[in-house]
Amino acid sequence: MTETKKIEYVSYLDRQGEYKGIFSWIFTLDHKRIGLMYLYAIMVLFFVGAIMGLLMRVELIAPGETIMKAQTYNGLFTVHGIIMIFMVVIPGLSVIFGNFFLPILIGAKDVAFPKLNRLSFWIYITGCILAISTQFLKKGPPDTGWSFYAPYSTTTGTNVIMATFAAFVLGFSSILTGLNFIVTIHQMRAPGMKFFNMPLFSWAIYATAWTQLLATPIIGITLLMLIAERLFGIGFFNPALGGDPVLFQHLFWIYSHPAVYIMILPALGVISEIIPTFCQKKIYGYKAIAFSSIAIAGVGFLVWGHHMFTSGMSDQARWFFSLLTFLVAVPSAIKVFNWLATMYKGSIDLKPPFLYALAFIFLFTIGGTTGLLLGSVATNVQVHDTAFVVAHFHYIIFGGMGFAFFGAIHYWLPKMYGRMYNMKRATIAWGINFVGFNLLYFPQFILGFEGVPRRYYDYLPQFQTGQVISTIGGFILIAGLILMVINLVQGARHGEIAPANPWQGSTLEWQIPSPPSLENFDEAPVIKKNPYDYK
Amino acid sequence: MSENVKHIEVHRDDEAAKLGMWLFIFTELLLFGGLFLVYSVFRAKYPANFHEGSLELSVTIGAINTIALLFSSMTIAMALTAMQKNNKKLAMQLIAITLLMATVFLFNKYIEWSAKFEHGLYPGSPLMPHLDRGHLLYFSLYFFMTGLHALHIIVGMVLLSVCFFRVRNGGIHSKKYVQLENGALYWHLVDLIWIFLFPLLYLIT
Repeated sequence: MTETKKIEYVSYLDRQGEYKGIFSWIFTLDHKRIGLMYLYAIMVLFFVGAIMGLLMRVELIAPGETIMKAQTYNGLFTVHGIIMIFMVVIPGLSVIFGNFFLPILIGAKDVAFPKLNRLSFWIYITGCILAISTQFLKKGPPDTGWSFYAPYSTTTGTNVIMATFAAFVLGFSSILTGLNFIVTIHQMRAPGMKFFNMPLFSWAIYATAWTQLLATPIIGITLLMLIAERLFGIGFFNPALGGDPVLFQHLFWIYSHPAVYIMILPALGVISEIIPTFCQKKIYGYKAIAFSSIAIAGVGFLVWGHHMFTSGMSDQARWFFSLLTFLVAVPSAIKVFNWLATMYKGSIDLKPPFLYALAFIFLFTIGGTTGLLLGSVATNVQVHDTAFVVAHFHYIIFGGMGFAFFGAIHYWLPKMYGRMYNMKRATIAWGINFVGFNLLYFPQFILGFEGVPRRYYDYLPQFQTGQVISTIGGFILIAGLILMVINLVQGARHGEIAPANPWQGSTLEWQIPSPPSLENFDEAPVIKKNPYDYK
Repeated sequence: MSENVKHIEVHRDDEAAKLGMWLFIFTELLLFGGLFLVYSVFRAKYPANFHEGSLELSVTIGAINTIALLFSSMTIAMALTAMQKNNKKLAMQLIAITLLMATVFLFNKYIEWSAKFEHGLYPGSPLMPHLDRGHLLYFSLYFFMTGLHALHIIVGMVLLSVCFFRVRNGGIHSKKYVQLENGALYWHLVDLIWIFLFPLLYLIT
């Protein structure tokens, strides 16, 4: 075995299996190829969603109608939300990097159920096609917002059934992926890889997978009820038939709040990988970070009511949900403190992945602390459903999950493709992204505080300055994103050949050749007691 | 070299397959959990109407169906044991009885549903909007819950039919029966959910 391997090494990218060409991707069972297919699909969808966002920003550059009709705007913010949430950030890190690196990080050859993995991918693609088709079907894109609030969603004439069914299908794919990862972590760890020898990204994926598994069925049944409501008038959410629209909100947020943790937990895991590597230092508080992932997932199930402080809830429920919301901030803060403590006296190397990690900490902290403002009942009533919420959410999800995603792709691209991108251009793109992002979303905090509602097509003239700054930020950000993607694509295709361990990382993926072979480990991996033993 | 780049060696892990099935059963329970939540909210809101609604269902048919499903759960468990003891013929007979019980269940459901349709008690009927609100919601819930459950019965029947043929052509045997075990687990889930639906809809008055 070792002899033949020396003669010729075949990476997973070059390997010829029983299918050739494109079919070797369509029918692949290799977790790495499935991860890459998710990467391409999600990058395309991300740009579709981003262009929609940019169009909304252009519309808001001046009061009144600028480039589109109000109904078009309603369709745009709804489909932007559906694409970005259900197809980009909820699967995002976990299907791309979880698929590619989770098995490698725990010393496994593949996920526990490769066929199920392939099935989830194609279910995901089906869901995406269904959702995007709502744009083009006769009745026009849904205009309910991504939250599909009843009773409006039960009466509007747009393609709500198709959109909710798409979300249901995407949820099914998410459940199957989560199930696969849980079983993988329980059953596929290499001999000697105990739970507390796992890198922190695996812990984050583990917590995420449980959340996917336990929360997603609730949105599934809720969306089915919504579809039945529209088709047969079952009346669960329609007050005219005795139903209760607030019940819909409860059911919706029982899933959709944990969904925020499905989005952000893998991002926290990525940052926990990048920081020790670029500080060349053992991570501070390994167990605290590992357990805080579980704690965030656990407490995250019990805070959904803070989305509904103004929808009609008893005072007891409000203070209780508010208290729990404050509690869930604690484990997130534990992580931030541990990352900072890891950097202390480390040999810091300001490479692009680390820059993205730094930007993440900055943006995530702003997003997190403004989240506390929303979590306390009194201020929430003031800023509920304003641009403040939009800014907070984008700071957490785009500034948090998005920048962690960019950090992850810069960190792992040399492993995935065996080639390196241009460092200088990557750093410039990072700078543009960071500036553009803050210009785009920070003014919306102020606008929201001054009372600009979210999802409105029009605004009073005195708010124009903020809106213009925000739109300019949008253009800067999209320019930075395009530069970043061009650089990454060029790097992946024609970049210099990357060494197996360009960053002197200590986790298992850096111990194998780049790109990895089909079975990842041609020899049994050596499991270290601590995955981050730098000194 | 060609020997080294063949397929990933076929990896078989029955523990993993069972763990996966249990996790999937969790998600199914949560799916129905959402419905149980809606049921309890509306039951608390309209107790009198729910009382009247439940009187219109036939406890006899419901009880027959409960017995049919409980019996089928027993036969599928016996089929698994028979398979483990390498008694192929008995296992096939027991799976067939399970499928027969499932058909009995669906037939009774059909009778029940068509009676309700005749009385105009179904979501979207012209009569429904004239009923009391709680009454309407009771029948909406009745159709939604039993409908979703019947769908699960059908899925379970498909799974068990596949198992039947896999037993027949030797794909499932006394050393490799995890597929039948998972099919049986799923069938127990379908049974379990009915055990909750029966009292909620028929018995509590």
